[in-house]
Order: sequence, then C-alpha cells, then structure tokens
Amino acid sequence: MTTVTMPRLGESVTEGTVVRWLKQPGEAVALDEALCEIETEKVTAELPSPYEGALGEILAPEGEVVAVDAPLCTILETETSAPPPSVAELAPVPDVPEAAPADRSRAGVHSPVVQRLAAKHGVDLAAIAGSGRGGRVTRKDVQTAIDARARAAAESAGERPAEPVLLREVVIPAAEAPVIETAEAFDVVPLSPTRRTIAEHMARATREAPQAWMLVEADVSGLVALRARERQRFAGVDLTYLPYFASAVAATLTDFPALNARWHGDELRQYRRVNLGVAIATERGLVVPVVPNARDLSVAGLARRIDDLVARAHAGALRIEDMEGGTFTVNNTGAFGAIASNPIVNHPQIGIVTMERVVRRPVVVEGDAIAIRSVMNVALSFDHRALDGAEAGAFLGALRERLEALGA
Amino acid sequence: MAEVSVIEAVRGTLDEALAADERVFLMGEDLEAGGVFRATDGLAAKYPGRVIDTPLAESSIIGVAIGAAHYGQRPVAEIQFADFIHAGFDQLCSEASRWSYRTRGEQHLPMVVRTPWGGGVHGGQHHSQSIEAWYAHMPGLKVVAPSFPADYRSLLKAAIADPDPVLFLEHKRTYRLIRQEMDGAPAEERIGRARVTRRGDDLTIVAYGFMLHEALAAADELAGEGVECTVVDLLTLNPLDRETLLEAVRATGKALIVHEDTLTGGLGGEIAAIIAEHAFEDLDAPVRRLAGPDIPPMPFHHELESFFMIDRAKIAAAARDLAAW
Repeated sequence: MTTVTMPRLGESVTEGTVVRWLKQPGEAVALDEALCEIETEKVTAELPSPYEGALGEILAPEGEVVAVDAPLCTILETETSAPPPSVAELAPVPDVPEAAPADRSRAGVHSPVVQRLAAKHGVDLAAIAGSGRGGRVTRKDVQTAIDARARAAAESAGERPAEPVLLREVVIPAAEAPVIETAEAFDVVPLSPTRRTIAEHMARATREAPQAWMLVEADVSGLVALRARERQRFAGVDLTYLPYFASAVAATLTDFPALNARWHGDELRQYRRVNLGVAIATERGLVVPVVPNARDLSVAGLARRIDDLVARAHAGALRIEDMEGGTFTVNNTGAFGAIASNPIVNHPQIGIVTMERVVRRPVVVEGDAIAIRSVMNVALSFDHRALDGAEAGAFLGALRERLEALGA
Repeated sequence: MAEVSVIEAVRGTLDEALAADERVFLMGEDLEAGGVFRATDGLAAKYPGRVIDTPLAESSIIGVAIGAAHYGQRPVAEIQFADFIHAGFDQLCSEASRWSYRTRGEQHLPMVVRTPWGGGVHGGQHHSQSIEAWYAHMPGLKVVAPSFPADYRSLLKAAIADPDPVLFLEHKRTYRLIRQEMDGAPAEERIGRARVTRRGDDLTIVAYGFMLHEALAAADELAGEGVECTVVDLLTLNPLDRETLLEAVRATGKALIVHEDTLTGGLGGEIAAIIAEHAFEDLDAPVRRLAGPDIPPMPFHHELESFFMIDRAKIAAAARDLAAW
C-alpha cells in the first residue's frame, strides 16, 4: 500500500483543494489514470495515479484543503509500477514550464542574503525553485517571489502594484463547517491584502500583549487659540491639532523612554529615537506609516510630513520603508468624533495614544468657578508586560502638562 | 573636444601644474630628455631648471623629494618603473608616510611619486610589477591608480595639491591604449572616491587600472548573454572608498575582485575582508578573487605572459561562473 500526497502544482503554491474524487475506494486504477481533481489558486488539474492497482482509502474528502506533501489517498498496488509523478506530468500547470533540473543538491543551501530576505518578507524558501547551481535559491529568485506576490496581492485587490502591501503572507484558517445557511442569506466579503494584514496584526496584538488602558483629560483651550492663530499664516497644508499632539508626544517620550520601546522576541528594546507611527484611515483600511526621528521636527515640519503621509496613504503610494521602524503610535480618533476610545497596541510596540475630539465643556476652574473650556481626552493603551500603571500614568500626566502648556 | 590618451593627460597635467605653481618641479631618471614614456616631453625646455635629471638611485630620488617638501617645495618625483621603487621603500614608508603623524599633524610633506606599473607589455621580471599592495598597506601614504585619462588628470592634479605624500600609479599598458574625449572642464574627481562605472544586477566586479578596462569589456560580452554586471573603478587604493564599494556589492550580493597583482597578500584580500565584515548579510555567494598566479611577476615569453595576465576572457569566465552560483 502506498500513500499518494498532494503535489506541488506550481512554484508558489503551498496547498490545494480536492474538488472531486474520480475514483472510489476499491476501484481499479491504471497508471496515470486520473484519481481526482485538485484546485489551487492558480490552476485546476487532474491528479494522475503514480501507481497501478486499486484505490485504497480516501484520506482527503472533497472540499478539503490539503497542504503540499500531505496525504490524499492510498493505492493498493498490483505491482511496483512507477515513481511518483513529476510536476511536469500533471496537466496544465502554467507557471512550471518544465521538469526541475536533475541536480537539486544545493536546493537547501541558503546564502546570508537569501535567509535575510526570506525572514524579512516571510517567504517560504522551500516553495521556490532555485535557479542557482544545484538548485540553490538565489537572491534574485527570492526577490522575484516577493515582487510576484506583491503584484498578485495588489491585482487581486484591484489595486495598483505600487500599493504598500505589508509583505507578510496571511493565512486565514479555513472556516469551520458552517451552521445551515443558504447562499442567499449572506454575501462573502472579499478580504483585501491590507484587510488581511490588519486582521492578522490586530489578532496577534490582542493575543500576545496583555493591554491596560488609561484616560486623562487635558484642557487645551490654549492650543485651540494657538492653532487658530497659526492656521491663518500656515501655508501649504491645513494645520490640524495632530502635529501639535504628535510633537508633544514625541517630546514626552524623550522624557519617558520606557514607552518608546518594542519587543524583539523576548527582548524589550528601548529606542533612543522616536519613530512615531501615525494611524491613518484610508478607503482600503487602516495604515500606520512612520515619521522617523519625530523629535527632530518642528510642529510645522511634522504638519508637512504627516500631510505627505496622509496624501500618499490615500493615493496608495506609501513605500515599505514608510511603514517600518515605528517605536510608538498616535491615533487621531477625535477625527471620527470619538471622545474616548480604546486603541489596540501596535505590536511589537508597547504603547499607543489617542487624541480624542476637542469639545467645549463647563469645567471647574480655580476659585471654585465654572468656565467654558476646550477639553480633549487622551487615551493610552500599553503592553502591561513592558511597564506598569505608575509609569504609564506619569507619562500621560506629563503629556497632559505639555498639551495644556501649548498656547497658554 | 579632443581625444586624449593617458600619457597625454599625464603630460598635460604636469604642464598645468608647473605653470600654475612655481614650487612644483619634476625630478627623475631621464626626465630632461622627456622620460622613457615621454611623460615629460618638452617640459624641460618650457620650464628651465624645473625638470631635473637624477642619478639612478631611487632611494635618493624619494629622499630628495622629502627634503624639498620639507623646504616648502612641491616635488613630483618619477620612478622610471614601479619595479625600481623598492630601493626607495624605506624613504617612502619609514619617513615620508609618517611625517604628519610624527609631528602630530603640525607638519606635512606635499610630495608626489609617480610611477608606471603593471604588465602585459613584454616587460619581463623588472618592468611589469604590480606594487600597490605593499604601499597601500602603509597608513599615511595615499595610493592612487586611475583607469581613464580624465581621472588621471583630476587625480594627478589632486595629488600635487595634496598636503601629504601620494603615490600615483600609472598603468603603462593604458598610456597609449586608452583614449577618452576630454573637454577643458575643470578636473573634479577627488582622492579617496571610487566610482560605479556600470550598473547591472547579477554581480559586482571590482577592479582598477588596466584591469578596469578588461572588466568593462568582459561586462559588455556578458551583457550579450543576459548577465548584467556592476563594475566598480576603485581609483584610490589607500584609503579605500568603503561606502561606494559596499553599496555596489550589496546591490548584487556577489563580488568578483580583479587585479593583475599576484593573489596571496594582494589588495583583493583586503577588499574581500571589508565585504565579508560589513556586507555579510547581503551576500548571495562567496566573494571571489581573480588575480595573477602566485609566481614572481612576470614572464617575458608571450605565451607565459598571457597565462599570467588577467584578461577579459578570464574575467568573463569567472563572472559567468559566479553569476550561475
């Protein structure tokens, strides 16, 4: 008895779905006779039997998604007939033009740059047919795979290739067998690569980081007046509260470096520079490009930098390097009208603050008087593994002081 | 715009330097008659008393240059063949190169030693040597080895203007072989910078001197086969331009270092070490060196000289092999 496994139906294909069994258990099977139909994201092909005999047991029922090299069925051989089929023998496989070269002796030997690129972009090297000597996967092979995936992802989402896809392959597990639902009862929402990345990212942050939350209220009446004054003579971009806020956050982080940190495996790395992630809502979903060395920029500089990021985020023109290296994140949830929100930490960073909507409220001021003031809530979510409430509270307090001092 | 050979670029630059600065003078063997390669042709008559014949004594040529530089002159000494310079090794490496350091940077020795180097000209044992590795090893001595006429002009001018000793290597095979359109624009290349002469994404060839031209010819040939080479012209051998070198190697992940000097202890080992130390994570293949065989350079017999010399065919073969790695 021999087990037939899922063949690799193309260079970047890692799994296939059994569409239909063409043979039933016990049925006689000739060499190369079709056993079943297999569908991948690229092609549907019939799987020829590598042996002559009778179909034994079906190990993967119709509809099941099977990983490459995982078992499909067993064959009770009548004789030793043939080796397993080569990829080339399988009917139409457009992206594998011919059988792999004979010498694959160095297919598993990976150069430093190949390992680095594969790790960085989450590329499965085993899935790449190497073009180097002895089947070695070369730097160009990896780069080709990365480019092809980015292109395919962009096309599948109906987007331009320049779309800043976060290059991490997101595997959404196959759905559980659904409760009885008819096809008319729902629409399947196609997940764009950005959406999948967000989903994976949020789930991991929630799964890995125990998050605590804290809220302070800041009297930003001075900031409101300051911004109103400066907005008049600020050319080029519309001056919002965000650059003031970002500037205050960057300055406060310099005083509280414990929050300007990232997990690196089990290691907590505290950064000397503040690379400030700015959450931006786009039509395609949330993106968080980074303002590097935010502490080096003035409010005007931050305004222009953020304006540029926002414009490019909406145009789908962010680059990979715009997305990397963030050490802390700010989120302008006030733009949605919220006055309190509970952000999810941008893992592996350990902190995120929101600036909520500025509202005019009656506030008790000095001398037991009541005054109408402009008030903004500032919420902090932090990874409780990295720090405790006392530090987080001190940070928020200092940030509030900075905000209240603006224009005062 | 006129096409200028390497020797014409050298002569023209010496002429300009003599005209521009009265402190500049030339000294060496047979210079008054124009020198064996005609680098000083006509200059003795044009600048009486400033193109000086010396005895056949390299140690004294360099020693006198040191003394003149101490006294505020700008000597440009010629060693007739690089093979002869070793008689002046002590003056150059034990005295000239150290002066600035010994005086805590308070004093400098603005002197240039020009010398024709390299083989492929049927020069035999004593007129073919590559000497750069010995001298590039010496801190305080800048070593320059251009490839194109325009760079000879720029870098010789920069060498004469440099406040410290510069060893200026002129590959004798390029003297009349390599020509280039040159306009009258000011010389702009600086000592200490390498240049990416050609861009391709399959591998990076690093070369200098005559080998740079052979590397470019090999790159042309390989382009016809679909192998695209980046070619780096080092230009200055000490100090090496690590930034340009590493950027060019990181871009392809594969480095082929070419020199006609013998392999063991050659400059290629230093370059390979820099790449291994600083670009390890960007490497896609072992760093390769293509260099002269470890036998005393260089045979006189044509067949044997061809065996010794690196040429475009050998570079193309090595590059082809590395591209397929």
